[in-house]
Formats: sequence, C-alpha cells, structure tokens
Amino acid sequence: METEVIEKIVSIEKPHLEAPPDWQPVIMGILCNWCSYAGSDLTGTSRIQYPPNIRIIRIPCSSRVDPWFIIKSLQTTADGVLVSGCHPGDCHYISGNYYARRRFLVTKKLLNFVGYHEDRVQFSWVSAAEGQKFANVVAKVTEDIKKLGPLRLYKKENS
Amino acid sequence: MARVGVFVCFCGANIGDFVDVPAVVEEAKKIKEVKYAIDYKYVCSDPGQQMIRDAIVQQRLTSVVVAACSPRMHEKTFRKALSDAGMNPYLLEVANIREHSSWVHQKNKKAATGKSSDLIRMAVAKSIANEQLHEISVPVTKRALVIGGGIAGIQAALDIADARIPVVLVEKSPSIGGKMAQLDETFPTLDCSQCILTPKMVDVASHPFIELLPYSEVIELDGYVGNYKAKIKRKASYVNFDTCTGCGACWLKCPVKVPNEFNMGIDKRKAIYSPFPQAVPNKPVIDAEHCTMLIKGKCGICAKVCEKGSIDYTMQDEIVEREIGAVVVATGYDLWDPKPYEEYGVGRFKDIINSLEFERMVSANGPTGGVPVRPSDGKVPKNVVFIQCVGSRDEAKGIEYCSKICCMYTAKHTLLLHHKVQDSHAYVFYMDIRAAGKGYEEFVKRAQVETGATYLRGRASKIYKKGDKLMVQGEDAQIGQVVEVEADLVVLATAIYPYKDNPDLARLLGISYDKYGFLSEAHPKLRPVETAKAGIFLAGCTQAPKDIPDSVAQASATAAKVCGLFAGDTMKKDPMIAHVNNEFCTGCQNCVNVCPYQAIVTEEIPLGYGFKELRTVAKINEGVCQGCGSCVAICRSMAIDLAGFTDMQIINEIVAI
Repeated sequence: METEVIEKIVSIEKPHLEAPPDWQPVIMGILCNWCSYAGSDLTGTSRIQYPPNIRIIRIPCSSRVDPWFIIKSLQTTADGVLVSGCHPGDCHYISGNYYARRRFLVTKKLLNFVGYHEDRVQFSWVSAAEGQKFANVVAKVTEDIKKLGPLRLYKKENS
Repeated sequence: MARVGVFVCFCGANIGDFVDVPAVVEEAKKIKEVKYAIDYKYVCSDPGQQMIRDAIVQQRLTSVVVAACSPRMHEKTFRKALSDAGMNPYLLEVANIREHSSWVHQKNKKAATGKSSDLIRMAVAKSIANEQLHEISVPVTKRALVIGGGIAGIQAALDIADARIPVVLVEKSPSIGGKMAQLDETFPTLDCSQCILTPKMVDVASHPFIELLPYSEVIELDGYVGNYKAKIKRKASYVNFDTCTGCGACWLKCPVKVPNEFNMGIDKRKAIYSPFPQAVPNKPVIDAEHCTMLIKGKCGICAKVCEKGSIDYTMQDEIVEREIGAVVVATGYDLWDPKPYEEYGVGRFKDIINSLEFERMVSANGPTGGVPVRPSDGKVPKNVVFIQCVGSRDEAKGIEYCSKICCMYTAKHTLLLHHKVQDSHAYVFYMDIRAAGKGYEEFVKRAQVETGATYLRGRASKIYKKGDKLMVQGEDAQIGQVVEVEADLVVLATAIYPYKDNPDLARLLGISYDKYGFLSEAHPKLRPVETAKAGIFLAGCTQAPKDIPDSVAQASATAAKVCGLFAGDTMKKDPMIAHVNNEFCTGCQNCVNVCPYQAIVTEEIPLGYGFKELRTVAKINEGVCQGCGSCVAICRSMAIDLAGFTDMQIINEIVAI
C-alpha cells in the first residue's frame, strides 16, 4: 500500500528542462575502502577508461553512508550519487553492506517522496577484482544522470 | 586558521602526461586555506618526502594534501614523512589523481585536469577537519588455534609450537592425519604416506606446546586479531581418554557393524572404534548414532570388557573456551560427488570406484590387504580403466577449475596397480597431462614406461555393462576414432571439492569464500596465506586444490605469519575507530545491535554533575572496534563519530567541489 502511494506522487524534477550544450553532470561516488575503492583503483591500474564525471569519496564501509551524505550531495554539488560496496556476503566488516542495502532502500523511498528521480541515486556491488565492472557502472550512472539533466539549473530557476 | 600544503606529483609520465600538473597547482593555490602548493616529479621519492618535511616546518602547515597515487598505495609512506617532521601523521590526506583521474581519462586532458583539481579541493576540505590521532596499542594473546588436523594443520601446528608459541589443534574426527593418512604411497617419490606422516602425528601428540583437541569443532569465534576467544565443542566420546589405554578390547567385542569411513565404506567398523591402527590419539570413541547402548539402553558390552572402566555412557558434549591471538584454517577437501555423470553409471555399477577407494584398496593396511578387488565379486581385476577429470575442467556438469593432483595420482595408481597385479593392464582417459612440479613430469614418464599403460586422449563418454565386464566408450582424439575398452574395474579421478562445511565455518570466522566454497585469500599473489580478516590464515586445500608439498609449504608460511604477529607484546592498532559523545547519547542502543563486532556495550553515568540518578550511554571498546562506521550512520542523535572519517570530513568533501 505504502509504496503505491509514494509512486503516485509527482516528481518535482522537470525533465523538459533543457541543459546547456556544454553541461556535464557531477556524480558523487561514495565507495567502500575494501572492495569498491580497491576496484576503482584496479580500473585505473588496468587503464580502463570511463567518463570523467565522477568524484570519488573513500569511506571505510558502505554502512558508514549516512543518508545525509546523499541528500547533502544532491542539495549542493552533485547531480547524482553512486554508492558502492562489497558484494553481499563479502563485507570486510562482516555484515556492513547488508545494513547499507536496507538503509539505501529506505533512503531511495525518501528521495522519491521528496521528488528526486530515483535514478539520481544508485547502488552497486563492485569487488576489488572488478575493475571493468566499475567502469561499466560509472558509464551507466553517468548516462542515466545525463538523461535526467541538471539538478542545479532547476534550483536556480526556482530560487 | 588552517594552513594546508598541497604537493602534486607528476609520477613521471603517469600523471604528467595526462593531467596539466602546473595548472592543477595554480588551481590549488586559489583555495583560501592553501598556503603552499608545489609540484614534483616523484613525491614519494626521498627528495620528494624531504620537500614535504621542509614545507611542514618552514610554512607551519597544519595539514598536508598529497595529490598522487591511490592512498591504498602510499598513504603509509607519506604519513611517515609527516611524523618524521614532527607532525601528527593523521593530518595527511591523499588526493587520488592517478588511479582516479590520469589513468582513466587518458584521452581527455582537460577533463582529467579539472577532475584532479576537484579531487584536490575535496582532499583539502577534508584535511581541514582532520584531527590528531594516535595509534592504539592492544595486548596480544600468544596462542594460536589451528582448525583441522590434516597434513597442513599438523605442519602449521608443529612449526608454530617449535617457536615456543602454544597451539590449540582442533580436529573434528577422532584422529588427526586427514586425507594423507588414507593414502598408500605418495607421488613423485613413492614414499609410503603413513611412514612419513605418522611420526609427525606422534610429534603433535607429544609436543609440550600443542594442545590436541580431537573429536572437537570450533563453534564460535569472538574478538579481533591478537585477542580472539574461541568456543570449542568437544563432542562426547563416551570414553575417558585419561584412563583408556587403547588396548582395543572394546572394539573387538562390540557387536554393531557400521560402514568404515576411513576405508571409504569398503569394509565395516564397530560402533566403538578408533579410525585406523596408527591413530593419534589412539583412543576409541563411541559413535552415538549407531551404539545400541546409547540408542536403546541395551548392550553395554564395551563397558564390561574394559578393564580400566573407561567407558562412560553418560558423557555429554563439553564446551571449552580458549583465548587465542591467531587462527590457521586447514580444513582440507572433500571428493566431488560424481552423481551428474549418469552416463558412467555411477551408483548403478558396483565396479566403478573413486580414486580414494582405490587408494584404500592398494594400501597395505587397507580393507583388502593391499590388493585391488572388484566390489561386485571380489575378484582381482586385470583390465583397469582410469578416467581423469571427472568433474574437473567440465563447466557443463562439474566445476571449471583443474583439481591439480589427479594427473599425478592417476600415474601413481597405474604404477601401484602394476606392482600389486603384475599381469594387469591400465588404460587412462585423459584431457591433458598436467605434471608441473619438481620431478613430476619424470614420474609420469616413468609410470608410463614401467607399466606400459595405454593413455587415451579424450573424455570417456559412456560406460555400460557387458556380461560381468564394464565397457568404457570414449574418443581417442589422437587418432580421431571412437574406442571401446573392456574393463574389470573403473576408477574415477573425481575432483577436489572444498570441505562441505567451509561456508558455515567462513561465516563463523567472518572470512569470505568463493563460489565453490574455497576460502578466499587476501591477495591471490602477494598475500596467499592471509585472509582479509587480520589474524586468520589459510593452509592447504581449504584455499585451493593442492598437493602435499604445496600444502606443507603453505602451512609453514602461516606459521611464519603467526610468529611475526606474536613477535611483540603489544600490537599497534589503527586509531580510526568510533567514539561516543556522552552529551548527545540518548542510550537508544541502536548502535549496540548494529555493531558486527559486539564492540559496543552500555554504561551507566550520572545524569549530570552532582546527580545521583543514572542514565545509560553507549561505550565503545577501543580494542574491538574495527572502524566500519555502521554505528555512526545508525545513530539518530549524532552522538557517535568515526575518527578519520567524521561526518564533518565527509560533508566537507561533498560540498568542496
């Protein structure tokens, strides 16, 4: 029941807003130190190329991600957020990524409720060995956010 | 007022070619808090570090940002440079402009330059919120736990104990020895397995620094590196080991017969049994599932014949606790169940056995007295077909990996067969012969020449019965024809599969395992004996298929790691752990539930100065906390913060771009 209600609420985002031609989205990548950050390092070591829109923040575990970080990013600097942790069962801290996963589901509903498009915030599992996967994830997220358009422009128009 | 120094590294051409480093430095200088910014060819080099040290002193810096490679690479190096200059090492931040910028945006210099400046801005903003942190030292319990008493576990226990470090060796079966005790002779030298193993087993039992806990299992492991607490279940053996002399009167008289696991079920053992004559400890245990006295309360013969009165039917499982500092996991392997190979008639034809069954048969102390026989009629086989890679290297039915030892032991089996049954002939279906190892290729050659075994390259496709013989059909890829071989006995070289309880054990220990159940090492090349969890090490087939020399080598390697860990009286621990602010803590205890290490407890403090009334707040055990930050994110009153990754630091990073 609850989810139905939330889905019916109309997004405050305005997809018809056109981005300037040279606009590039900024994506905040919040990566856990042991899997995803190591995976992103491997992407670099393997010289796998991906779009330059992501800005990576290192945290010890995906369970450290406070929904506050995601909301603050969208409010201030980023057009999208990627949170990435270890694969389920592989958490360096035993069970942290399970908490992250549950918290993330709730956060996503909250963002949806507030009116952000749900693709603005994405979650992925990237292990320390998955350099190629990290590049693919970044490419996909960047593509998704580019389709959604800028968040900041919308704010300026309405402020 | 913060005074930040920024050091941008060219990393030779690695960064310099793809990022406009001087422009990045100019950009960094525009940040208000940055008082000093400079580039250098290799900041990690000695002159580069000297540059940092000098700048800290001359510019009176309050924090340092190094824009170079990943912090996972050189963070420690630069921290050391800071502390050499008298600065707290945790005032360092690393902006990862190599792995995260120059290497991944090689075709877009402008974007890479812009991104690098952003990353530096984030690091500068974070560093402003950095606090001085100090390493925590924690005491170390100098005792090691070895799980599994096969050759790997035995070797690890002996090597650690020889360094005068106490070892607790836990083995789930009644005797140590593992799979190696079941083998007859070992490749490539054909020395008798028992002859080289049993002296080591006796050494374990008599070693003053080894506490042997047979017939036991680890059921719980709490704590952290250097300070683990293990709960070990000692299964009820119903025999008092202190008084039992191992005379054997009990198992001679016991009327209950059960398939003998040690001999792969080829013969029977009694309900009270010692697995094999050279068992260590050589004391019997009662199999509670089959003993009529324990099931129905009738019989009691073993108690009557025991002169020492060692039989105690009322014995219960006992839980013992041991404080330990490090764990070596050596749980070994199981044989893969070849059930999916229906075309071989596994389970339908009695004369198809696996290699370990063959090994027991040809073993001098085996159930058939060292002669291979057909399980169907007990006759000695003349034509024996060995099929390699049953399960291994077969994505469709089995598993993808190579089990590593099958080529070698099949060659050994052809030799053993030739020795035991002179007029026999061996056929081997193989895919490739993988004989990498000292003396291995020579051994296979020797076996082929000595036995004259027929090697047929290709997978056997079908086995069917013809009279009392088995017909093995397969393709000989070298002549490109279908061949049929008449066999008295077929031996399947089934794959090595991880010990079935590995996933449960891994969860219990808090380490990871792969899709098959092999336990995962921290790094496949550079840290092959460590797990991702500090203080837990791997030896033998629990990590990947291995032969005996490899298992022994890895076991000795774990011993070196354990000795290194225990070299000092205390261990230095990362200070990046959580702290509670009592002013804000409401005592909701959400953090207590969420902590994966049970590092958070509650304590009672006065409501305020001069109050007698108490209130509950969370308290973090510094030694146990690993700094994951789960509690920080769950805390609704923002009373907990994680040193090194505080809310302030992360928010600073977010808003800095």
